[in-house]
Amino acid sequence: MYDTEISREIANRFNLERRDFLKFCAAMAATMGLPKGAEAEIAKAITAKERPSVIWLHFQECTGCTESMLRAEHPTIEKLILEIISLDYHETLFAAAGHQVEAAREAAMKKNWGKYVLVVEGAIPVKNDGIFCKIGGKTALQLVKECAEGAAAVIAIGSCASWGGMPSTPPNPTGSTGVPEILAPKPVVTIPGCPPNPYNFLSTVVHFLTFGALPAVDDKGRPKFAYSRLIHENCERRAHFDAGRFALEFGDEGHRKGYCLYKLGCKGPETYANCPAILFNDVGSGSWPVGTGHPCIGCTEKHIGFEKPIHALAELQNQRPPVGYARVVEEQGTGATLGAIATVAAVGGLAIGAGSKLVGNLGKSEDNQGSGKQG
Amino acid sequence: MTMTTSTGDTPMVNHPIPSEVANRNRKPKPRATALGGSLVSPVTIALAALIGIALFFLAQRFTYGLGAVTNINNGYPWGIWVVWDVVIATGFACGGYAMALVVYILNKGEYHHLVRPALTASVFGYSLGGLSVLIDLGRYWNFWHILSPSYAQTGSVMFEVAACISLYVLVLWVEFSPTFLEHLGMTGVRKALNKVMFVFIGLGVLLPTMHQSSLGSMLVVYGYQIHPLWQTPLLPLLFLLSAVCMGYAIVIVEAAVAAVGFKRDIADELPLLSKLGKIIMGVLAAFLIIRFGDLIVRGAVFKVFTSGIKSLMFVIEMAALVYPVVVLSNPANRARLSKLLAAAMSMLTGAVLYRIDAFLVAYDTGPGWHYFPSAPEILVTIGVIAVEVLAYIVFVRKFPILPGHSTSTAAE
Repeated sequence: MYDTEISREIANRFNLERRDFLKFCAAMAATMGLPKGAEAEIAKAITAKERPSVIWLHFQECTGCTESMLRAEHPTIEKLILEIISLDYHETLFAAAGHQVEAAREAAMKKNWGKYVLVVEGAIPVKNDGIFCKIGGKTALQLVKECAEGAAAVIAIGSCASWGGMPSTPPNPTGSTGVPEILAPKPVVTIPGCPPNPYNFLSTVVHFLTFGALPAVDDKGRPKFAYSRLIHENCERRAHFDAGRFALEFGDEGHRKGYCLYKLGCKGPETYANCPAILFNDVGSGSWPVGTGHPCIGCTEKHIGFEKPIHALAELQNQRPPVGYARVVEEQGTGATLGAIATVAAVGGLAIGAGSKLVGNLGKSEDNQGSGKQG
Repeated sequence: MTMTTSTGDTPMVNHPIPSEVANRNRKPKPRATALGGSLVSPVTIALAALIGIALFFLAQRFTYGLGAVTNINNGYPWGIWVVWDVVIATGFACGGYAMALVVYILNKGEYHHLVRPALTASVFGYSLGGLSVLIDLGRYWNFWHILSPSYAQTGSVMFEVAACISLYVLVLWVEFSPTFLEHLGMTGVRKALNKVMFVFIGLGVLLPTMHQSSLGSMLVVYGYQIHPLWQTPLLPLLFLLSAVCMGYAIVIVEAAVAAVGFKRDIADELPLLSKLGKIIMGVLAAFLIIRFGDLIVRGAVFKVFTSGIKSLMFVIEMAALVYPVVVLSNPANRARLSKLLAAAMSMLTGAVLYRIDAFLVAYDTGPGWHYFPSAPEILVTIGVIAVEVLAYIVFVRKFPILPGHSTSTAAE
């Protein structure tokens, strides 16, 4: 699939072994659940000379999403993301500042009009015409509308951009709003999470590069490959839920033994995300909130994350704990006991005795009638 | 359903009707009367004691759960509370159904005054059968689900049985209501009910036909877990035929026991009972021919010699079912109440064994599983039977149920 020329080119451009590069492509394909052979197409798309321009806007946020992106450890991911795409505007990563960067953004937009990818991080305040968040004299509201106009695809990264996230928590003084609501009816792919898993974002971008279209999404704009299963469905502690073993307090025996956190308010049963399946930070098992002993707070779900109290019980969606639990040793029943046999024998004997006595007496009285009265 | 004639105001309570004319069609039927008399007797006291014992164990069952009282387990989820109190008790309670078949479907009006006593036994048999399901259900508080269409799983045999039984219990009480409506003097309600009674009578024949055969279908669903001597696709038909036979047999037994117990002269009823005996003979013979024919065709008949305790139970069961056919085939025997009673009791014994065998003895769910009813379980079942008998005694003494031509008691 790869001739040596491409391999060499990758090696030069990304400062990356060919083997490591292919591993990255395969990991992307696996995250998205793509069929075998897709990693080749991904590799082809990534190595194409024309790198798509990406404009990354920051509004009401904590830069956690970007930090999370930079922590992606599949071999030198920051190099890949900087080399595969042409990141023409990103406030955290830019060396330049002030009007210089604003000019760079406008230039990039003009050059790639209709082709660039717009990524939005952070919520957008809409109250009082959005004066709560301004960059270069323009409000977030103006900026996002301006940049979205010429974008080929819009991706909202993080819970804040997806629906308002933490800044929109009631009473929401600035009127923080998510990107899809502001740009409607333009389709926006949302990657909620606080922070979202970087691979869900990368996979979405790579999908767009490879197939020229955004991945299939659910009714909230979330890619189905990442957000179609409840956390509860793939949780490593699920067996404890099914067996009725729950941690009831932080630090109690059940908590120390790794029991289910449902009763501590874990929102896993009502939150759609792939956290337990792909984990965080590439450091192996247990590297996600529930794995480290904290209940899920439902950060990918509107009205749950940042809104529902952390220790409030989750609304069970499609799994309910059983009323009874199977025994370890199944009782298979006892055979006949002496008392039971005696009871059956007594009742049976009594019934047969009474029946035959009745028949006998009736027969006698019939005989008497027959010989005495009737004649 | 009317038990009285249309000329109900004519005083015919004490008319002594000669037995020769009583069995002719279209003769004025004897009006049903309450027997009266004291409710306290050694028999009723004994029955009350048995009920008390059952209540004690039922209190345990509802406090500590099924496992504390019964021997049922996950391999044998059904014990005698289902097999006796429901499967057999509803068979015993088929008297009303069987009589309705003769009176309303075959239009033999002469049997009309046997309907009400039969119906009385059916009402209590079925009501207590339904109650027993409640006792046997682990999660009994969900019992009402069976009457809620949103819970109906219409592809299930169990659903059909449960729905038919619960509906039939309601239908039976409507059919039975003229008895106590008469007593309570609610003639307006009775008249209104009479106009639509044909609907309930129709349902009263349809519903038992459906679920008595479905009791057999339930075993068909069990598949190989039922021994080949009992497992056959014809089980629904066999269960229906045996239920009809049980219905007529119980009418004979009730008449005989009431005659002895209440010292009633039943010379007028005897010709009708002997005709019922003839019906039993015919239906039971058909049952046996189908049963054996099926065993021979399937080649399962040879298992009779190789199946240990199951073989023994099969032989006893068959003997109890063949005996009535032999006895009743002689017209002289059919004219004697004692022979009719012996045949009917043998028939009932056979039918009871057939149901116990098919549901419990022939059922093998795999190695290691056992079931034999515990003593408390049996005592609860006996208590349920005692409730039925006691209720029957109370009702025939207090309400107009038995044909009232017995000079000794009705005259007081």
